[in-house]
Amino acid sequence: MTAALALTDRPQLRRGVRAATDPLSDETVLLFPEGVLILNETAAAVVRHCDGCLSVAEVVRAVGEVYDGVAVEDVMSLLRDLIAQKLLVANRG
Amino acid sequence: MDRPLGLLAELTYKCPLHCPYCSNPVTVPRAAELTLHEWCRVLAEARQLGVLQLHLTGGEPLARPDLTPLVAQARDLGFYVNLVTSGVGLDERRASELAHAGLDHVQLSMQDADRMAADEVAGARVFDRKLAAARAVTAAELPLTINVVLHRGNIGRIGAIADLAATLGAERLELAHTQYYGWGLLNRSALLPTRDQVVAAEHAVAHARATYGDILEILYVVADYHESYPKPCMHGWGRRHLVIAPDGRVLPCPAAAQIVGLGIETVRERPLNEIWHHSPAFTRYRGYGWMSEPCRSCPRKEIDFGGCRCQAFQLTGDASRADPVCQLSPDNHLVEAALQVVGPPHQPLHPRSNPSVE
Repeated sequence: MTAALALTDRPQLRRGVRAATDPLSDETVLLFPEGVLILNETAAAVVRHCDGCLSVAEVVRAVGEVYDGVAVEDVMSLLRDLIAQKLLVANRG
Repeated sequence: MDRPLGLLAELTYKCPLHCPYCSNPVTVPRAAELTLHEWCRVLAEARQLGVLQLHLTGGEPLARPDLTPLVAQARDLGFYVNLVTSGVGLDERRASELAHAGLDHVQLSMQDADRMAADEVAGARVFDRKLAAARAVTAAELPLTINVVLHRGNIGRIGAIADLAATLGAERLELAHTQYYGWGLLNRSALLPTRDQVVAAEHAVAHARATYGDILEILYVVADYHESYPKPCMHGWGRRHLVIAPDGRVLPCPAAAQIVGLGIETVRERPLNEIWHHSPAFTRYRGYGWMSEPCRSCPRKEIDFGGCRCQAFQLTGDASRADPVCQLSPDNHLVEAALQVVGPPHQPLHPRSNPSVE
């Protein structure tokens, strides 16, 4: 299932979902009632910017300032995936 | 070596409800519950072992007067803290206290959408108190999952149950078929739904999902007796989860204590780290080496880990056999036989009593 997502939407973690650092690996993990999702470094950077205030376009820009080669489509695809997994919600921009 | 991600902390076996599908053991050893001080030490050990999620359960965890300081300590250690509760004793003051202590999520059990049927199954007049508990949870701005165990008596009311969960402001509804352990196994013939009921339930779930869309996420945990292959029980024995019983026994799953000669150890005797890595209770069925055929050469073994050891033990007396739920198991006829004797719609149930001591 593909979730609809616009560049103007303002994504944020769903209530009950918390980002944390794994004490063993130092990786960023998403914690939610049913499980754990381990994020790679760039995915973690994207999620850290999903504060419900920044738009998708602004998240892409902010992550692009730190990492090279951040493509809008890759970020959109990650966000859609997290929305489909019910870990993220997109506030309409 | 795999590390555990989730710890199920059974704080007490005491419970104000008497649900006949309870998966708690029917008899438990006579031993004192771990104190708050002991739990705090054990939680620190669990954190060092890599546990990320803590599920506080029981019995009824609210029966522990020291629940709030325990939640606070768990959150300080960095756990995601989930409370699994009947809601009895969860008023606005307590919900707000727990929220301030850092509780992340509440999983509230409901027995049914119908008040009379719900109270009958719970063996207590608790339906209205549960509604109040749900309101207290949302008032404290805690995320709420409503959990309903499905059985022959309530499986026909999935639509009404979804309506109730949405009305109560739950974000998630978990509809889980009865797992036949403990009291559930004792009451199996009265609880098992018919195949037709299971098919109708799947339609009702699809309909409720279409009705509520993003408002209410609906999780549906299938009835393993009616499946062709077993569930990946605990995501593999001693692989991702551990359970600590009220008296400190450390188990690979909540039902494992019944397996004779498992070599269970307690956090009062040995550090958690050593138990996880070396206790016979954990090493016995970890990985694939213990398997016999048909599991040993089965390509599905990495999907379902041979199913449930406790179910194999309960139905065959040998925990190392394939889960009899599997259509490839030579013992599958035992499950088929149980499904054949699904009794009349209203059969007497043995209500869960507070634990008798063996």
